[in-house]
Amino acid sequence: MSQTNLIQTDRFTLSETGRSAIEHELHHYEDPRAASIEALKIVQKEHGWVPDGAIYAIAEVLGIPASDVEGVATFYSQIFRVPVGRHIIRVCDSMTCYIGGHESVLAAIQQKLGIASGQTTTDGRFTLLPVCCLGNCNNAPTLMIDDDTFGNVSPEGVAQLLEGYP
Amino acid sequence: MKLTSFGTANRTPRQEETHPLTWRLRDDGETVWLDEYRQKNGYAAAQKALTEMAQADIVQQVKDSGLKGRGGAGFPAGVKWGLMPNDESMNIRYLLCNADEMEPNTWKDRLLMEQLPHLLIEGMIISARALKAYRGYIFLRGEYVDAARILNRAVEEAKAAGLLGKNILGSGFDFELFVHTGAGRYICGEETALINSLEGRRANPRAKPPFPAAVGVWGKPTCVNNVETLSNVPAIVANGVDWYKALAREGSEDMGTKLMGFSGKVKNPGVWELPFGITAQELFEDYAGGMQDGFRLKCWQPGGAGTGFLLPEHLSAQMFAGGIGKVGTRMGTGLALAVDERINMVSLLRNMEEFFARESCGWCTPCRDGLPWSVKLLQALEKGQGQPGDIETLEQLCHGLGPGKTFCAHAPGAVEPLGSAIKYFRSEFEAGIAGTAPAGQPETATVSV
Repeated sequence: MSQTNLIQTDRFTLSETGRSAIEHELHHYEDPRAASIEALKIVQKEHGWVPDGAIYAIAEVLGIPASDVEGVATFYSQIFRVPVGRHIIRVCDSMTCYIGGHESVLAAIQQKLGIASGQTTTDGRFTLLPVCCLGNCNNAPTLMIDDDTFGNVSPEGVAQLLEGYP
Repeated sequence: MKLTSFGTANRTPRQEETHPLTWRLRDDGETVWLDEYRQKNGYAAAQKALTEMAQADIVQQVKDSGLKGRGGAGFPAGVKWGLMPNDESMNIRYLLCNADEMEPNTWKDRLLMEQLPHLLIEGMIISARALKAYRGYIFLRGEYVDAARILNRAVEEAKAAGLLGKNILGSGFDFELFVHTGAGRYICGEETALINSLEGRRANPRAKPPFPAAVGVWGKPTCVNNVETLSNVPAIVANGVDWYKALAREGSEDMGTKLMGFSGKVKNPGVWELPFGITAQELFEDYAGGMQDGFRLKCWQPGGAGTGFLLPEHLSAQMFAGGIGKVGTRMGTGLALAVDERINMVSLLRNMEEFFARESCGWCTPCRDGLPWSVKLLQALEKGQGQPGDIETLEQLCHGLGPGKTFCAHAPGAVEPLGSAIKYFRSEFEAGIAGTAPAGQPETATVSV
């Protein structure tokens, strides 16, 4: 790639494990394009987010235009095209959690971390996002931190909950 | 690892004769793996379907059973199956399981997938045989990490036992099954958006026709069914149409049982397998235990964010498509929500429309622009800064985003609760017009739970 390219295509190399994980995914589908979302998730798992160069690297492995990979990357809410925190907090904002008081839980998190929804703490520890109903409706309000789901969360319990994610 | 609870789902009495979906659930809420599933008569229906029944007879049996889609729209599953082409030369066909459960207040497919993964797999094997599909995908939302782990392990168990792969149960039928996990976005649950997403594209819905049965994933005939729909198939095949039809209560036009629920400030929020045709009152009182002390029922929604609000007097309605239809909305997913008296409807609808606006895929203009507009108006009304005419504008949006005016059902689902809230609680909206008494902040902001 050209040195004058505005997009930093030359600063990203897929790891061997990442590349082979993506190539393994190709066997699950009739068409390589179908592995694009999984490929983005593989890169994100290794890197925390998807840098520009990864878009080109994935496009090359799948044999599809980089613009198509970018189109997919920017569509899905769980693919991050900017750096995010080490831990992702996903607060369910369904009407069930609204009735359960999720807005006060959200306010407690925002106050504790000093960020709004969609933002990352300056120390790079947490990113705060809204999420569609987590299907944990008898335990509203509910949220996820990384892969862990918590129910019946109270504003008072937020500080202790976050402690578990250094 | 301890799984999340589903209320009293695992403690409610369940029998094989009356609870085809849930009788195999363990009392401790843990997953029923292959050995236990087989001890509980699991895969007997697959054995029967693959070795004793003709393919067309399976389709006919599901058609005759009256099984309807359980994902929210309620389209007859047999009719959908019947749309698959008869042309034998179109021999590459797919069966997709819609496990993209994201409808707010809906948590029934997660119960089935986490606790009875083999019921879904058995349902898919039988359905694939009926539809002549050689390959299937379970399209699972990315946030359901426990379900993903459990389904993948169950698929491996089934493969090792010769229940998936080549020559299943010695029948000569081949079927392979993959678990595909998504990366967010509510719209992936729309079946043609789901197909686009599976193909690795943006999840915009497709124009219909052609329907997926003719041109689906990778251009091939495809059938998309919900988790609960597919989980009904084994019992229909095993026990027959007459038994299945007799499960529903008298007066119900829908057959069989349904996973129903009630949440909000009720005493026992949960999910239960219940016969179609029970009244919402029974569901609310006998299962959910009525409202918690100190809370009064203001209104309720029968089945997800895309269904309209109903008043307490409507609890006498029977829980089936026509029963809920008679009182003015849709049954949806059948997992109801109680809204208590503390809740201001303008604030609640602002919360809901923020969700719908955020989750619009942006493909068609009415939805992309209309939903954020409704959010703006609701935010203003909530702050007591609405302008005269705002409520009428919201009503126009309800009309302009209604059925038939957009590419898919997302926007019509978004305006269904809005229209009903304005209809039943207009004074709360009027109170948000500047110069009148303020609508007030929702008390939820200060209530600790």
